Amino acid sequence: MPSDANKSPSAHTTRFWHDPAKRAILFQSLLVIAVLGFVGMIVQNTLHNLESRGITTGFAFLSQEAGFGIVQSLIDYTESSSYGRTFFVGLLNTLLVSALGVVAATVIGFVMGIARLSNNWLIAKVASAYVEIFRNIPLLIQIFFWYFAVLRALPSPRQSLEPLDNIFINVRGLYMPEPIYGDGFGWVVVAFLLAVVAVIGIARWSKKRQDETGQRFPLFWTAAGLLIGLPLVVYWIMGSPMTWDNPVLKGFNFRGGMTIIPELAALWLALSIYTAAFIAEIVRSGIEAISSGQTEAASALGLSKSKVLRLVVVPQAVRVIIPPLTSQYLNLIKNSSLATAIGYPDLVSVFAGTTLNQTGQAIEVIFMTMLVYLTLSLLVSAFMNWFNTRMALVER
Amino acid sequence: MKKMGLIAATAAMTVGFSVNASAADTLASVKERGFVQCGVTTGVPGYSNPDDKGNWKGMDVDVCRGIAAATLGDADKVKYIPLNAKERFTALQSGEIDVLSRVTTWTLTRDSSLGLNFAGVTYYDGQGFLINKNLGVESALELDGASMCIQSGTTTELNAADYFRENNMEFEPVVFDTADQTVKGFEAGRCDVLTSDQSQLYALRIKLSNPSSAMILPEIISKEPLGPVVRQGDDAWFNVVKWSLFAMVNAEELGLTSKNIDSMKSSKNPNIARFVGAEGIKGTGLSLSDNWAYNIVKQVGNYGEAFDRNLGTSSPLKIERGLNALWNKGGLQYAPPIR
Repeated sequence: MPSDANKSPSAHTTRFWHDPAKRAILFQSLLVIAVLGFVGMIVQNTLHNLESRGITTGFAFLSQEAGFGIVQSLIDYTESSSYGRTFFVGLLNTLLVSALGVVAATVIGFVMGIARLSNNWLIAKVASAYVEIFRNIPLLIQIFFWYFAVLRALPSPRQSLEPLDNIFINVRGLYMPEPIYGDGFGWVVVAFLLAVVAVIGIARWSKKRQDETGQRFPLFWTAAGLLIGLPLVVYWIMGSPMTWDNPVLKGFNFRGGMTIIPELAALWLALSIYTAAFIAEIVRSGIEAISSGQTEAASALGLSKSKVLRLVVVPQAVRVIIPPLTSQYLNLIKNSSLATAIGYPDLVSVFAGTTLNQTGQAIEVIFMTMLVYLTLSLLVSAFMNWFNTRMALVER
Repeated sequence: MKKMGLIAATAAMTVGFSVNASAADTLASVKERGFVQCGVTTGVPGYSNPDDKGNWKGMDVDVCRGIAAATLGDADKVKYIPLNAKERFTALQSGEIDVLSRVTTWTLTRDSSLGLNFAGVTYYDGQGFLINKNLGVESALELDGASMCIQSGTTTELNAADYFRENNMEFEPVVFDTADQTVKGFEAGRCDVLTSDQSQLYALRIKLSNPSSAMILPEIISKEPLGPVVRQGDDAWFNVVKWSLFAMVNAEELGLTSKNIDSMKSSKNPNIARFVGAEGIKGTGLSLSDNWAYNIVKQVGNYGEAFDRNLGTSSPLKIERGLNALWNKGGLQYAPPIR
């Protein structure tokens, strides 16, 4: 049209602030500059104020000697280790209880979620009572309950329970023999790894064969035999290169062996039971989201009830379950910081607690602690998102 | 998480409002506000603990009351802010409180790198051990391998570790967040020993359901001078806090008590005349009213009265004066003269 032809030269002369796209870029870069400037100002202001009040800043304290003891450490730690090392001790303890909690909460949650849908009246009611009780009591109270209830119930070290030989339970924890690996134990590990590789190979082969011929292969028993049997045979050939360090009652308590402290047990129990109640609801909603037509069709094909659940319902339900499940995992990791209430030496208790107080460098310590929780949560989210994409319905 | 949020919030406040706080004249802002903001414990009997009517009582509380009497003429004009061990310094640094009077040990690190000043010593303390009687332990040197309940965020953790290392002994530290939880852990049998400043052990022992089942070992493993703390860089306020404390000690030395000070007011003794503000420099140097020291003794009492009422023979704790007797009675409490 002629009018268009007339307009186009005038469009060339349009100032860039009349062009929405360019204007947007301009405003967004102005905003970014303003935000960066604001953050910079806060940092500058903080540093200036800390200096003018004679408060020490910086991360030099991380290499100073810590001087205090920590009850549970997954890496070597003594009083003469540095504050930096207390960070890693705390971090690993947080990771330990989080990992244990995620696994246990998932297992309990799935069992309870499926049990809620059971046709058995008793099982269904027990599961719903579980969910309603544990998700409606504050977590901190539950942690106290498990800690003090468990502690009160256990005997003193001198009257320890001994459920199995050389395994002792008392108010100080669970004491177990610790394996000491001798020469040649490496071969047992090698044998185990070989078994794992073999099992993966066999699994692929059997799936392919089933796809092609429909014949099934007893994979479970083969795998179990390989994984347990092969290392055992090698262990025997190498002349049993492993001894046990048994805990012995000496003075106040048992020495030697491995210990699970009651703080870890209580925190683990409380975190898994609490989070599992939420996961159970997520699992139930996921299963109920699958239309009953699927179940009926599967039954019509002659699949048994357990196979309907395992092969038809759960794989579809998982797609609904994963995103809210991620949130629960993140909650569990962050809730593990309540450890400080019962004296479990997690990151908040050790690093943002004792180390912060000994050094007085609150800003640095809290900054590092927040960064850890942020990083952990983002890593878990990233993993779960990847898992989610893998499980998502592939549409062709 | 709650605790961490609080610390983060106070840290953020340090960042945001610090210009005002550091430049501010604390004495002027206390006078303008009309009350002293005093950081105390969340409840340690004898030092700072609310009684059954909700009024704060204790040695540390009396120090706050003395400061209020000196600055505002009324010992009741104090707002008590309970803080746990972790929060206390941040609360002071950020200007949330004017003075921290909370069983706080004077150490080099705290005095030099936190931007704080210690104004004196209200109580000479040392760390000790509380132990269950039926363990049959007589000395701390027999504690090799023991589990120990400790409250987090205190110098206690370090002292215990040092003592055990020095004597080639091992121990298992179980670190709790508050004093109450530490006592609960000890009662539940989680630990053989509870360690803390000895004075606090007396206080914590009466919190046990059966106080006579536990005893305090004779060893003292550290020096713990406890005293009020103020922000560095506000010397006028630092002087006020320091001299409020000195006035209480001097009053005891001069024999002035809350009961006799009115009758002693017209005394011919020049030291007493200077003390009550009838002669000498009076309150000008501190920018306080002339009867500032009189107000402290009249309303709060002298050091000995406060000690007796909160910690000593008239209290449930029954702690001996020991190191906290006056210098001329075999103790360490000594104050520069008011003249």
